[in-house]
Amino acid sequence: MNIFNQTGRYFALMLRVFSKPERHSLYLRQTFNEIENLGVNSVGIVAVISIFMGGIMTLQVAYNMVNPLLPNTLIGLGNRDSLILEFSSTIMGLIMAGKIGSNITSEIGSMKVTEQIDSLEIMGVNSASYLILPKIIAVVLMFPLLYILSVFFGILGGLIVGPAVGAVTAPDYLNGIQSSFNPYYVTFSLIKCLVFGFLISSISAFFGYTVEGGAFDVGTASTRAVVNTNIMILVWDLILTQLLL
Amino acid sequence: MIEIKNIYKSFENKEVIKNISKVFNQGETNLIIGRSGSGKTVLLKSIVGLHEIDKGQILYDNRDFTSMGLKLRKKLRQEMGMVFQGGALFDSLTVEENVRFPLDMFSELSNAEKQKQVDFCLERVNITDANKLYPSEISGGMQKRVAIARSIVLNPKYLFCDEPNSGLDPETSMVIDELIHSITVDLKITTIINTHDMNSVMEIGDNILFISDGEMVWEGNRKEILYSENKKLQEFVFANKQYQRIRDDKINQ
Repeated sequence: MNIFNQTGRYFALMLRVFSKPERHSLYLRQTFNEIENLGVNSVGIVAVISIFMGGIMTLQVAYNMVNPLLPNTLIGLGNRDSLILEFSSTIMGLIMAGKIGSNITSEIGSMKVTEQIDSLEIMGVNSASYLILPKIIAVVLMFPLLYILSVFFGILGGLIVGPAVGAVTAPDYLNGIQSSFNPYYVTFSLIKCLVFGFLISSISAFFGYTVEGGAFDVGTASTRAVVNTNIMILVWDLILTQLLL
Repeated sequence: MIEIKNIYKSFENKEVIKNISKVFNQGETNLIIGRSGSGKTVLLKSIVGLHEIDKGQILYDNRDFTSMGLKLRKKLRQEMGMVFQGGALFDSLTVEENVRFPLDMFSELSNAEKQKQVDFCLERVNITDANKLYPSEISGGMQKRVAIARSIVLNPKYLFCDEPNSGLDPETSMVIDELIHSITVDLKITTIINTHDMNSVMEIGDNILFISDGEMVWEGNRKEILYSENKKLQEFVFANKQYQRIRDDKINQ
């Protein structure tokens, strides 16, 4: 019963979130703030994780290529397609659920327990829309860009690590990442990113907005938000892969 | 004027507010007093619509708040200001931005006019040199004063304060009390304050409602409160022996 109750409350909250804003200019300013806070400030961690992810993927593909008949260019190709199809979208989504998601839950949750949300309501402001809508727009807009950056840094990571440890030569790797490229893979992953961006921001905001109690409960809500977002990302990854690939 | 009629509110089958009726007058400091857990905050939050009441009626100058749709309620709320127990200032905004927020959201004033109104409200609460500071950088008393400034920036008709003195030293409490009282009288607004601070009751209590276990037990003013023979009220008021001595002295005189 609890899951139906939670789902109902989530959709009720989303109805409030997507209602007409009181003052467009304030919402726009808030959206730019969130783009900086949630999107631009995530570029560093996305770059670091992607470089390591690409490097490790390159090594693992290389160590598993025991058949001498297979060309070494497959190492670059394998790394590129893994990043484009799954790692830079889904794995990055799971990581962003931890970074951005917990940030959103704890920020909104803290505002709830310190009566800042009540204060907005008393002023006649639709607090759900004012606080959540800019975050959803920011994350949905920024996540595809972070995905593209992740693919770039992942491929770069492979290029740095592969030749450095002798797993693949740089020309073979570069040939590999340019061969048999299917642009639809990128389209498919960008669609996933839009969906994941919405899931990360809306589910985290829901858990923050509905928190009751004090600091301890905000912490618990953050954990629940990350766990639930991760599960929903994986479920939707499965659904979208089945539907779109 | 705010009138509440036969209000009931319960949470999960536990009745927290039971059949309370009261008229809160314009231009007076109306107090809701009672022990911690007596239902004061629930009553105040019910009056402003943060809790939906189960039964009863709430009238703002004869406008029925309980039967209003969301749009009308939002409009009416622009006539309200509220000071929360912890101040409830927005952490991410400076003092000035906090006070300016309702103007940015709802008024059509020019930037210069908005700034003038913000400066006027901050001066009204005696804050002149903290405009660019964040709430975490100012004291609890200052936070309460900024919250008062924010609550009056749109010239409200109704002001609500939930335990405005909690966590403050006696001197700052007195400053806050006097500030709220003078704003109420000067701007002729209807003010309702939740408190269990007897000093506030004796200083500014024009119209007092005492509740216990969610029920209305007594109503009157600060002159009458010391001489009431209501047992529950006496236990509340004379928990502080000082007031017992004041009453005894006055009786002896």
